[in-house]
Amino acid sequence: MSGREDFAVNLASRHARGDRWRLMFMLSTLLAIVFLGALILTIVDDAFGYVVMVDEVDQRSLVPDDERLESLDAEALRAVIDERLSPRRYRAIERERPFDERTAADLYDIVLYEIVKPRVAETYTLFESLFARRSIVEETTLAHPDGELVFRSWVNMRFLSTSQTARPLTTGVLTAVKGSILTISITILFSFPVGIAAAIWLEEYAGDNRLNRFIQVNIYNLAGVPSIIYGMLGLAIFVRGLERFTSGSAFGASTSGEVANGRTILSAGLTLAILILPVIIINAQEAIRAIPGSLRQSSLAVGATKWQTIWHQVLPASFDRILTGAVLAVSRAIGETAPLVVVGASTFLTQDPTGVFSKFTTLPIQIYQWTSRPQAEFRHISAAAIVVLLALMLSLNAFAIFTRNRLRRQKRFG
Amino acid sequence: MRLFKKSAPEANRLEATIGSGDSGQALEAKSLSIFYGEFEAVKRLSIGFERKKVTALIGPSGCGKSTALRAFNRMNELIRGVRTEGEVSFRGVNVYDPDVDAVQVRRWIGMVFQKPNPFSKSIYENIAWGARINGYQGGFDELVENSLKQVALWDEVKDKLKESAYALSGGQQQRLCIARAVALKPEILLMDEPTSALDPISTAKIESLLDDLKKRYTIIIVTHNMQQAGRVSDKTGFMLLGELVEYSDTKELFFNPKDPRTENYISGRFG
Repeated sequence: MSGREDFAVNLASRHARGDRWRLMFMLSTLLAIVFLGALILTIVDDAFGYVVMVDEVDQRSLVPDDERLESLDAEALRAVIDERLSPRRYRAIERERPFDERTAADLYDIVLYEIVKPRVAETYTLFESLFARRSIVEETTLAHPDGELVFRSWVNMRFLSTSQTARPLTTGVLTAVKGSILTISITILFSFPVGIAAAIWLEEYAGDNRLNRFIQVNIYNLAGVPSIIYGMLGLAIFVRGLERFTSGSAFGASTSGEVANGRTILSAGLTLAILILPVIIINAQEAIRAIPGSLRQSSLAVGATKWQTIWHQVLPASFDRILTGAVLAVSRAIGETAPLVVVGASTFLTQDPTGVFSKFTTLPIQIYQWTSRPQAEFRHISAAAIVVLLALMLSLNAFAIFTRNRLRRQKRFG
Repeated sequence: MRLFKKSAPEANRLEATIGSGDSGQALEAKSLSIFYGEFEAVKRLSIGFERKKVTALIGPSGCGKSTALRAFNRMNELIRGVRTEGEVSFRGVNVYDPDVDAVQVRRWIGMVFQKPNPFSKSIYENIAWGARINGYQGGFDELVENSLKQVALWDEVKDKLKESAYALSGGQQQRLCIARAVALKPEILLMDEPTSALDPISTAKIESLLDDLKKRYTIIIVTHNMQQAGRVSDKTGFMLLGELVEYSDTKELFFNPKDPRTENYISGRFG
């Protein structure tokens, strides 16, 4: 009864084929990691490094011989300001906030940026700074004898906590960060409920008929529509069509003085919400579909209504997956630039947004704007802004993972 | 659509007859036909189930016994493309009448499934939830204890009521599912091959439960295990290709079958 001769001896080659595929999969993963690493390296490379600072006015000429500008007290700083600041700037700054009310640190900033006026004469990347330090020193002592070589982190507290200004040393991302956070909040507030509700309708209530299949197919199609087209949609609907509401004039917000006719954070957030809505719907549908029918059956068999089954059984069991999909979609929305340009993001905005009816700029827009500046400093500043954007995105994802894990734990023992 | 059509007094027609309407049998199917698309899975089934007895439905795979069982509390409606004709009479009301709410039907006719399918909640909540959503007004601790005692699970789980139901073994989970059904104090318990996913010891425990449970409930059990039908049931129906071939007392059906097809099946010649 031996059937051995009917079968080829091929186990070794079957294993070999498997091993080749395994290698392919590993290399693909490796390639992805290499690209990701390269991305992070380029950004970090630009975000830190040596700079040569040259002061327009020599600091030593402002202070007595044995002292340094940093160690002056408020009174001495005030004296320097009174003596050296041009009357026009003096009045402008006084109007912002009287000198008498300003702190020493504040006054120091004014002396530094209004009188000393340091300027970045030369910038180096992190790798140059680390590996070619000697030649940098030689080069700069020759080219800028009165300059100072310092290591600068372009991401710093000042950068994070100030609004945008025109000058590279004093500019900050706060305006863009606030804009991004407000915009994305609107997006989440609108797209999560609507998207999840639509998914529940499509999965649990909608029958299998021609109309519903048509709707379903079109949701899939919408998920693939280029984002700039959503920008056109947002411009037509929110900025133009619903201007009364998105500009806030219907709610009496026009008194704030910074109304941006419909080009507000509200319009931007809603546009992004529509952009990610199909993705959220599709993800949520898949999460709901993954719940086994036996769960619904057992719920209905104890006399639960359809709604009770959905609310008490299906949604709790699928919510972690719904959340994961939705957060991935929001991560995309944070980085969107094109639709917001169309909707009318302000490219240069020095005033922080105060609410949903403010003019807006967001981090990607800000980065886009900085990268298109010719000065070398702005390359480093946009790298720093990219670091901030990545940090914002990662913290959102971390929050989502944390929430999801908590929900999972509750699901297991609740 | 139920959402718009159901008016309150009519929807409670079933409710109104519960407790008063005393027809001879707990449940009666009258020329019940069930179609999956064009395929007729159950053909004009007429059968009555006696109060507080265990009735077994046996037959080879695909004979329509599970389909028929699910039709008794309108669970078939959840499957797309299923069409039901005929009548299922419960307490003098046809449960398929347009003004009868399926939720109400399932509340009085409980069901236990082939595979244990507890909710992903605690043991306590598994039992309390169904009662709570149906507006139970008594004490829940008492209800949980009582229900678990009816399925002889109380002693095994009384110290871990707050733990997940998934921490229990398969056999315990299935008894929990039975407890979940009896917590609603139903009239009838439908069991769809309740032991087919369990080991022999868990199976024996559930079989011995049925003797106690039938003092309170009418039980209809579908099984492809003939020995089980012989052990637990008072009456047995044999189904083949969607038809009820023979229906009589269990002893009668096993020892003195009238129909040659029944005889062939129970003597192991096919199936």
